[in-house]
Amino acid sequence: MLPTLNGRLQTRIFMLVVFGGIITFLITPVLPDGAPGVPGFDGTFYRITYVILATVLVLGILWELLYHLIQQFRWEKDWPTMFGLITILNEGALVWLLLELGLVPGMPDGFYDYDLPSSFFWAFFVDFTVIWIVIWLWTNGPMRVPLVKWRFFGGRIV
Amino acid sequence: MIEPTAASVVPTTDPSTYLPAQPMPVGDLTEQMLATDFWTDELVAAAGIPIVDVPFVTVGSGIGSFVTVDYLRIAGVPTSQMRVLGTLDHPWQTYEYLTRVSQIPRTERLRSDSASRPDNIWGFPSYGLAEGIRHFDLKVLWGLFTEPIFSDYYTPKAGAAFEGMEREKNRIGYDEMLVKGLVRIVRRRYGGGYFTILTPPEGASATKRVAFRSQYVHLAVGYPGLKFLPELQRYRTEHNDYRHIVNAYESHEHVYERLMQQPSTVMVRGGGIVAARVLQRLMDDRLLRGAQTNIVHLFRTYYHGPNDGYGNDEDPRPGGGKTRIFMRRRGENGWAYQGFNYPKSVWGGQLKKQVRGLEGEQRAELYKRMGGTNTPWRKLWQKQMNQGRREGWYRCVVGTVDDMQPNGERIVNHVRTAQGVVPIEVDFVIDCTGLEADIAEHRLLKDLLEHGGASRNPSGRLNVDRNFELIGTRSGNGAMYASGATTLGGYFPGVDTFLGLQVAAQEIYLDLNKRKFCKRIGPVRSTIQWWKWLFGSKP
Repeated sequence: MLPTLNGRLQTRIFMLVVFGGIITFLITPVLPDGAPGVPGFDGTFYRITYVILATVLVLGILWELLYHLIQQFRWEKDWPTMFGLITILNEGALVWLLLELGLVPGMPDGFYDYDLPSSFFWAFFVDFTVIWIVIWLWTNGPMRVPLVKWRFFGGRIV
Repeated sequence: MIEPTAASVVPTTDPSTYLPAQPMPVGDLTEQMLATDFWTDELVAAAGIPIVDVPFVTVGSGIGSFVTVDYLRIAGVPTSQMRVLGTLDHPWQTYEYLTRVSQIPRTERLRSDSASRPDNIWGFPSYGLAEGIRHFDLKVLWGLFTEPIFSDYYTPKAGAAFEGMEREKNRIGYDEMLVKGLVRIVRRRYGGGYFTILTPPEGASATKRVAFRSQYVHLAVGYPGLKFLPELQRYRTEHNDYRHIVNAYESHEHVYERLMQQPSTVMVRGGGIVAARVLQRLMDDRLLRGAQTNIVHLFRTYYHGPNDGYGNDEDPRPGGGKTRIFMRRRGENGWAYQGFNYPKSVWGGQLKKQVRGLEGEQRAELYKRMGGTNTPWRKLWQKQMNQGRREGWYRCVVGTVDDMQPNGERIVNHVRTAQGVVPIEVDFVIDCTGLEADIAEHRLLKDLLEHGGASRNPSGRLNVDRNFELIGTRSGNGAMYASGATTLGGYFPGVDTFLGLQVAAQEIYLDLNKRKFCKRIGPVRSTIQWWKWLFGSKP
């Protein structure tokens, strides 16, 4: 990837809204809920997963500013493929920390009343990882197929 | 001659017995045409030059022409609307020659990015992904994932690039568009558009020249030529010695053959990718095949640490002082290290955007800062060089050559170094400096500068706009574009590369789309066309 700052932000928003939105819709019903047997499903789960997605998006814009700064130290002004994947660690950890501290707004009533159960950690882990990897794979190749200008304009979509 | 006294007349084919030729148009350029900047249809017709009408011609028939017509074919232009004019049988012909003699045969790897595919406008799947999946090569895939941090940049094999282009050439019906011949001149047409004058091969047409009347012209004629260093050229001509002093871009296999037979010393000049490839060949021959070659490597600039296009930290640069913390690259042992021939983001990221917004001197300054001869750091090659330094058969000298004198079969180079002039006697000199000739050395370009309205950019090459239209050459509703090495120094760096040609082709396509010559490659068309590419069906 050879992103410009504008391209980074556009790609981030596009990917999270489109792929994040679709995958969240599909994956939420099958995330582990801690109950025995087939995962059950509750409409409030959607609220939780979409709030997390929105959190990743908002924080991601700040992260992109930092990544852009780091990129300035690179002579090539590129963003190696690997960086796009390993940033899952810092971004995932921050979101989880904010959840632990009860600082993510918009969660259903009572969400922060007790300690978060371990099943919720695994639900978060699966949700976050799947979305991240799909977006990473798509950004590093297939995205160039529908949008033939995207790669030559720093990842800008418009 | 027929004998007048002979009783019978035997028919003869001797041309001297023919009636004198009638004065008729021979179909060649006239003095009047050469002196006229805008040609009328009548002027061309009066010279007896047949006129072929086609909306779009591309001149060159190399990879630049190929990539451009590929884009336009995918944008829905039929083969009947375009002609490719040039002397090459297939687009990669010159490129393959140059890479082969400069020690990159088909089985070796180019210095080119994985996603720079002249046969695929999307760059997906990249060469690396295709190679990794086809041969289920986890090492290649791991390399793609970790490059350039934990592994060298993936680079495709030359053969893979040529085979891909052959497949794409057949898919888009390239041969239907190819008209062979040498393009002599392009002039603006009175009333709009252009005349492109082609000299077909002997016997291919009834007239000496053929004129192509088109609304659009695209020029991709490649390097105007390669120059020798002046002292090398002087030595070659004065001593009539073309065997011991060679340019890396000319065929010089005889040097390697001699080195296998006889222990010799070779001087390599230059610090770029070609020098690196030639050194690797010399080292491979020594380490794997038993040659006893000693190598003297002459650098003009010796990099020993962080650097930029102005040189090492202590070298003078505008504003003075060291390299900028945000703009410096690695260097050591004489070399400046960089993956490709420009910092990678010139092909689509920050530097592309930045240069696009700069004019004149500011642009030239940034070119200078990110320029300078450089080469990729490659693991295997580093190992060989370290061994050579340790064992003393690879030595570096820093300086310039004042004079060269023959000494029997050998050549004495008087090298001016920081410590004074040092004589260095060698058996061969391989020039890897890759000096390029001026664009005016190319007859077609010279004519465009003198009669076509074209001008030079701050780097002395053809001045093209952001959409690669050749500034000053517009003719009525027609437009002329140029891409490739002749346009270096413009709003987009990296023009003389696979990806650079594609960036240019995209800009040209976008401009031609505005002019309603081709369709838009929107998400739907793009995706459908990609599937067609994948299955090898016609666009």
